[in-house]
Amino acid sequence: MIYNAGSYDVVVVGGGHAGCEAALAAARMGCKTLMATLSMENVALMPCNPSVGGPAKAQVVREIDGLGGEMAVNVDKTAIQMRLINTGKGPAVQALRAQADKHEYHDEMLKTLLNQPNLHIIMAEIEEIETSGPRVSAVITKTGARFSCRAVVITSGTYLKGRIIIGEVMYDGGPGNQFPAVKLSASLKSLGLELGRFKTGTPPRVYKRSLDFTKMIEQPGDDRPLRFSYMSPRLRRPQFSCWLTHSTAATHQIVMDNLDRAPMFTGAIKGRGPRYCPSFEDKVVRFAHKESHQLFIEPEGRNTEEMYIQGLNTSLPEDVQIKVLRSIPGLENVALIRTGYAIEYDYLPPAQLRSTLETRMVEGLFTAGQINGTSGYEEAAAQGLIAGINAALKVKAEEPLVLKRSEAYIGVLIDDLITGDIDEPYRLLTSRAEYRLLLRQDNADLRLTEKGRRIGLVSDERWRVYSAKKDRLEEQKEALKGRTYTPADQEISSFLASRNSAALKDRFSLWEILRRPEISIQDFVDLGLLTEYDEDVLEQLEIQSKYEGYIRKQEEQVQRFEKMEGKLIPGDIDYDEIFGLSNEARQKLKQIRPESIGQALRVSGINPADINVLLIFLEKKRRK
Amino acid sequence: MFYDDIAAIATPPGEGGIAIIRLSGGQVIEKASKVFRPYHDGVDIRNKAGYSLTLGWIKDETGEDLDEVLLALMRAPHSYTGEDTVEIHCHGGILPARRCLEVVLHQGMRIAEPGEFTRRAFLHGRLDASQAEAVIDVIRAKSDKAMKLAVKQLSGHNSEYINTLEDRLLELNAMVEASLDFPDEVGELEYAKAEDIMLGSLAAIERLIQAGERAAIYREGIAAVICGKPNVGKSSLLNVLLKKERAIVTSIPGTTRDIIEEQLSIKGIPIRLVDTAGIRVTEDIVEKIGVERSQKVIREADLVIFLLDLGTGITAEDLAIYKEIKNRNLIILANKEDLEEKHITEDELEHYFSGVRVIWASAREDKGIKELEDRVEEMILGGALQADDLEIMVNLRQREALTRARKHLEDALQVMQTVPLDCLGVDIWGALEALGEITGKNLKEEVIDRMFTDFCIGK
Repeated sequence: MIYNAGSYDVVVVGGGHAGCEAALAAARMGCKTLMATLSMENVALMPCNPSVGGPAKAQVVREIDGLGGEMAVNVDKTAIQMRLINTGKGPAVQALRAQADKHEYHDEMLKTLLNQPNLHIIMAEIEEIETSGPRVSAVITKTGARFSCRAVVITSGTYLKGRIIIGEVMYDGGPGNQFPAVKLSASLKSLGLELGRFKTGTPPRVYKRSLDFTKMIEQPGDDRPLRFSYMSPRLRRPQFSCWLTHSTAATHQIVMDNLDRAPMFTGAIKGRGPRYCPSFEDKVVRFAHKESHQLFIEPEGRNTEEMYIQGLNTSLPEDVQIKVLRSIPGLENVALIRTGYAIEYDYLPPAQLRSTLETRMVEGLFTAGQINGTSGYEEAAAQGLIAGINAALKVKAEEPLVLKRSEAYIGVLIDDLITGDIDEPYRLLTSRAEYRLLLRQDNADLRLTEKGRRIGLVSDERWRVYSAKKDRLEEQKEALKGRTYTPADQEISSFLASRNSAALKDRFSLWEILRRPEISIQDFVDLGLLTEYDEDVLEQLEIQSKYEGYIRKQEEQVQRFEKMEGKLIPGDIDYDEIFGLSNEARQKLKQIRPESIGQALRVSGINPADINVLLIFLEKKRRK
Repeated sequence: MFYDDIAAIATPPGEGGIAIIRLSGGQVIEKASKVFRPYHDGVDIRNKAGYSLTLGWIKDETGEDLDEVLLALMRAPHSYTGEDTVEIHCHGGILPARRCLEVVLHQGMRIAEPGEFTRRAFLHGRLDASQAEAVIDVIRAKSDKAMKLAVKQLSGHNSEYINTLEDRLLELNAMVEASLDFPDEVGELEYAKAEDIMLGSLAAIERLIQAGERAAIYREGIAAVICGKPNVGKSSLLNVLLKKERAIVTSIPGTTRDIIEEQLSIKGIPIRLVDTAGIRVTEDIVEKIGVERSQKVIREADLVIFLLDLGTGITAEDLAIYKEIKNRNLIILANKEDLEEKHITEDELEHYFSGVRVIWASAREDKGIKELEDRVEEMILGGALQADDLEIMVNLRQREALTRARKHLEDALQVMQTVPLDCLGVDIWGALEALGEITGKNLKEEVIDRMFTDFCIGK
């Protein structure tokens, strides 16, 4: 019996990292929003490692923050360790990484959701998406509640027909032994959407008190008061350490002796797994020459005994997992809490999406997160945010928000998804960004907060903080450029000499002097040449000055890039009508349906001659 | 529409008195003005009206005159492409045109894609909509042909060479990217190994560029000129070179141009040899050498062979001629070595022609000719003359890409110790990307693949 349970602007299906951002964004933008989650206890669950950030991912977390999303703030509230990594490798790849308390992360996010005006959370399994003509019109729960709505964001993670595999044992289930979502897949297929199958995995969790840390290397956090969000207070938190150990020859022998029971090798697992997150058995086989692999033991929270073994994700049988663990230094007497497993799930090949994350097939239906073939909490949250924003903008009949590859890692992520052949779970890498010197974690707010404000997601308080920082930055930049010195200036000359820095030959500004590797902005503060003490502003000034040459080079590349992005391809273009396209190009263009000439150029199998043909066709059409 | 600036040699390669380099785009006039020195002071092509011709020189990177040219200027929309267009009419023959194009490209242009001028003409409304299909045909035909040719040129055992180079640069990029993206698993970049790869790749790129240059020279030949005062033995030299080379192709007694031009080949290099003996000798040779025509002949030449007469010693005429040619690619031949009495000493040669190697020869007795031929080959093919089994056609587009790859590697090597890895990565990626334009592969994805193959990465 189906009954009418209410009417909403936006319904978000799922309460993981994508779902939380989508629901909060839509609600904050003024839409009456419903979030349906399979379990209230698993909202914002971290089913894999308890870590957020790192290269490319930290940039994304800051971008989410810059737009007015929640992830950064929530990590800051719940971090039990923070480290700045890649510090010696340059500003573009420097990245913050946090260990979060999993339970607190969930608790805090749930609190935020529950307190959010315009947002209603229910615990329910959505089984059907209802459409009216080309448009989405309602969702229906397992228990028969029908919620009519104008837009739906599906963030089903790995729950769609989830199947757990541990050695010879297999059963239907979501991550962490949750219920899977069984019927939604069929509903999506009936709407004309194609689904595929991916695999991922997670390592065993063990008792802290069963470990011997004297045999491991301690990995302490950073003592500095680090944070992801500029809205968070600068706190010096107690830091919980991680621990480094490694596998041994004995470990590898156990794996090799049991390959006949490993689902990765017996053919039991058919879904494609990610190369950047290989199972331990895969690592042992593929890198047979490596005598040992690093393993990081990470606390899952401040008040729990549970420890996560990063580097040991596996679907070996439980008895083998225990043997493997016990062959590792420091884990000889280990006691298991949760068994490692592989999970297979349905995903939606993202070539079916627009850059707004709306499906091309069904108007008003958006998908975000792992369902789109990605992995990672950060990638999921970013997509959730963009899908939530665009669902809200659609309801409000406003222009969508699309970030370019030159503006944000989020833009790189979504563009890669919709133009590429995704054949393994997709993870962001800094290597995927062409303009990574521009897409730094330190300038995410400068890149995105104005956009977030325009669409109504950036709060007054955030806007005030941002504007103040920006003003200070401009002011100080002018000051640095305006203050110039000649060789005759005693103070600066003796300072340079004390730093073994070449003497001035001519008139130079502080901005120019700051370019020298041996000079830091803190020196100017110490000399009393600068009246700025805010660390973020100082950092920004220093990076902009020191890397000005490289940054400018990339900005020039961006100008060329954006010309191509600006040339749009109408959505109703009929590729069969175009004379002169190669067959391969025609096939690909029909499948991907790029939105601009720039996007078309990135589709594999499209060559410059095809682009020319396309341009000429568009021009011919325009003249008609 | 896309107003980036493009350039290409618009005339077929090889023979022909002039070659035309066509430039089209929003800033081509500005950019051309930076490499153009007008004949008349105070002329600035940026202020010229459309449909104008200006005489002047193209300057190379150091500001030296490269070639005397006529520069035709057309302003948008009154040009073939509908954009601002500059046509540089330079001297025919492969080297001047290629050099001029290179200089122009240095101003920030790219080589036009096949059919791109036509495409632009269409997109700017210069061609009728009904011609769209014809335009597509042209573009398809041209680019398919170009692609086929490029693939053919790179296939065979040469492809092995390029594949190795690509493989090494992929490895290098994967090393850098893995260190940036997976610091826990991969750690720091092995700088010594990276430097090794860069140096090795640089040498390989250099070799490709030179092999390509050589191949172009073998295919298209060069222009050489013999000069010297009357009776110095120019005709004898020409004859002896021709006699050895039995396959005389043409012998055109100067009817319209007053010069004699012969086709011959030295060590397999086709050479168009011009004998200024064909220029009518007046009483005053100094004045004669100054006449525009022989200046022009000399300017067009890739190589100048200057004859001295051991019988007469070094005369004022010799020095006057030398003044005109001293900045050219020059070989001096001290002729008539068969004479008993020689009136030129080594010291004199060193004094007057310091730095130029002089070959002692006798055209009449066929002495020193082999040395001359060796020297010609050496000068034409450059210092890279060595036993090299690399025979590869490198077209201009490929050459340009290789040059860019080389520049990126040089820059990377230079700043390796001073910039952080993310900045260094810009040039290391730039080198691979430039190479990728030749092989036509999506190398970004391959770098990522390579990273996962070479490094055990993952949580």
